[in-house]
Amino acid sequence: MNEKNSTLLIYTLLYFGFLYVPVLFLPIFSFNDANYMSFPLAGFTTEHYEEMWSKRNLHKALWASIKVGVVASVVSTTIALFAAKAFARYKFRGKKISYGAIMMPFLIPEIILAVAILVIWVNLGFKLGLVPVTIGHTLFCTPFAMLILLARIEGFDFSLEEASRDLGENAWGTFFRVSFPLYLPGIVAALLLSFIISFDEFILAFFLTGSDATLPMYMWGQMRFVQKLPHVLALGAVIIVFTTFIVLFAFWLRNIGQGKAKKDIAIKL
Amino acid sequence: MNNSFIQINNISKHFADVKAVDDVSFEIKEGEFFSLLGPSGCGKTTLLRLLAGFEYPTSGNLLIDGTDITALPPDKRPTNMVFQNYAIFPHLNVEKNIQFGLRKLGLSNNEIDKRVKDVLLLVKLEGYEERFSNQLSGGQRQRVALARALVRQPKVLLLDEPLGALDKKLRDEMQLELRTLQKNIGITFVFVTHDQQEAISMSDRVAVMNDGKIQQLSVPNELYKNPENIFVSDFIGETNFLKAETKSSHGEFINVLIEGLGEFKIKNNLNIIANSSDVVCSVRPESMMISKEKSDWDICLDAKICQTSYLGEMTRFYVEAKGIDKIITVSSQHFDNKSFHNNECFVSMSLEDISLLNKK
Repeated sequence: MNEKNSTLLIYTLLYFGFLYVPVLFLPIFSFNDANYMSFPLAGFTTEHYEEMWSKRNLHKALWASIKVGVVASVVSTTIALFAAKAFARYKFRGKKISYGAIMMPFLIPEIILAVAILVIWVNLGFKLGLVPVTIGHTLFCTPFAMLILLARIEGFDFSLEEASRDLGENAWGTFFRVSFPLYLPGIVAALLLSFIISFDEFILAFFLTGSDATLPMYMWGQMRFVQKLPHVLALGAVIIVFTTFIVLFAFWLRNIGQGKAKKDIAIKL
Repeated sequence: MNNSFIQINNISKHFADVKAVDDVSFEIKEGEFFSLLGPSGCGKTTLLRLLAGFEYPTSGNLLIDGTDITALPPDKRPTNMVFQNYAIFPHLNVEKNIQFGLRKLGLSNNEIDKRVKDVLLLVKLEGYEERFSNQLSGGQRQRVALARALVRQPKVLLLDEPLGALDKKLRDEMQLELRTLQKNIGITFVFVTHDQQEAISMSDRVAVMNDGKIQQLSVPNELYKNPENIFVSDFIGETNFLKAETKSSHGEFINVLIEGLGEFKIKNNLNIIANSSDVVCSVRPESMMISKEKSDWDICLDAKICQTSYLGEMTRFYVEAKGIDKIITVSSQHFDNKSFHNNECFVSMSLEDISLLNKK
């Protein structure tokens, strides 16, 4: 029994070590007073962070990423909400096919998706920039948002909506007074995760941005020069902290919702 | 009192190939406690949902108080519903749940407060205004659901098996309470249940449904005493079916040959035709008597007890009678199984307790 437990412990430690140690190097070297990522550490400095703040192009890229992320997450969550509601609530012809179609971006290699959008966009005579990136990100985020919302809505007691109709509310009133507040944790979780996915996305951005770099594109551009590496490390460290908080918050939101739903079911039984 | 307060005219509801409700017509009186009773899948809930507006009929029309509501959405109907799982809004407290349906009625704040207060008093939930659904017991939730529907003062209250989730003791209490409440406020109740005892004890009239059709619609004791077909007889209470065939008919009476018992003159309430073998006789376990000595009842059979079960208020005997190849169930308050020598007994019944039914 003990032996088994210690084997499992070693396995667990190895697993987490493999997963997180490389990521931990990033913040460590971001405070290291040297241009190269190598041991031994040369001394503590916040110089790289100061440098990061001073880069105007970085600010531009950050702003571009935020714009793309906000629009893509709002649009994809809205689409996903309607789709998830339809899938959870109704039976209709072509349900499986349309479900598959929405999930498709999950399965298509991202590079193919990127090239496809690029070819069509350019052939239509439009200019590359943040607009096609946003469209690509919306397409890419929708299946994620829908999975999160579906998990929320599938356990939903639809007699609550009937009760609202029965008590004199029309369809819109029912949505705003009953469905929306109850879906809200799922909606926020979907928004946050879509935002993060868009914020980190590289391949679609690589093909579609043209000259308006998003943050990952900016980082990619800086990597070519050795002396610029340290402030990218600083930026990377900041993004890791920020992303971790958002993801934890999203999961926490999702869980309070589900915990409550489970409790309700338990009481019903 | 309006005798055709709710009119259900040739209502059918088909789901794909399934006829959930099949050309049903009847009327419900104003102020009546009316029950739709039947096994699951009989169409009773579909019929209730058609009245609420959650489903629309395939054909036929519905009228409440003279107004055709067939095509109206749920929020435009003078009905309110108590849901099977209560459907209390989990993000709102008791008070907000009850106020939910008042917003669209255009009442003043004072009137809203008064109505909420009155209805909380009515369902005995004063002091629970701030509670949320998960802080309430099953019985309390049921009261919230009731209050939320009644506060709108609907013309008709629809109840979808509202007592199903409660334990037996609470259910019995709520039956009595619901019945009293309904008589006091005088609103027409349409109550759906699969529990025959519940329907019989609470309702003014009961419609027994099966296969999407009304099998019998009458006052409770008629259902029990004079079931119109084999389904109703079997579904309401318990009964023994005996093989039989009709012989000659004599006006109100008909001669019936009952297997193992002989030929008797029985009242022919259902105008069953003579010389038919498509009939069956039904006798209730509690209308028969079990005894050690021969009795002077119309029919007295030699029998042997094969099994007994003690039910507290009565004992149920499963007996084999001479000439009948089926086990007969007899209920009695007076005996326990130790009273009989060698399990030998007599089973007696009177002719008036035997009802003649068509097999189909």
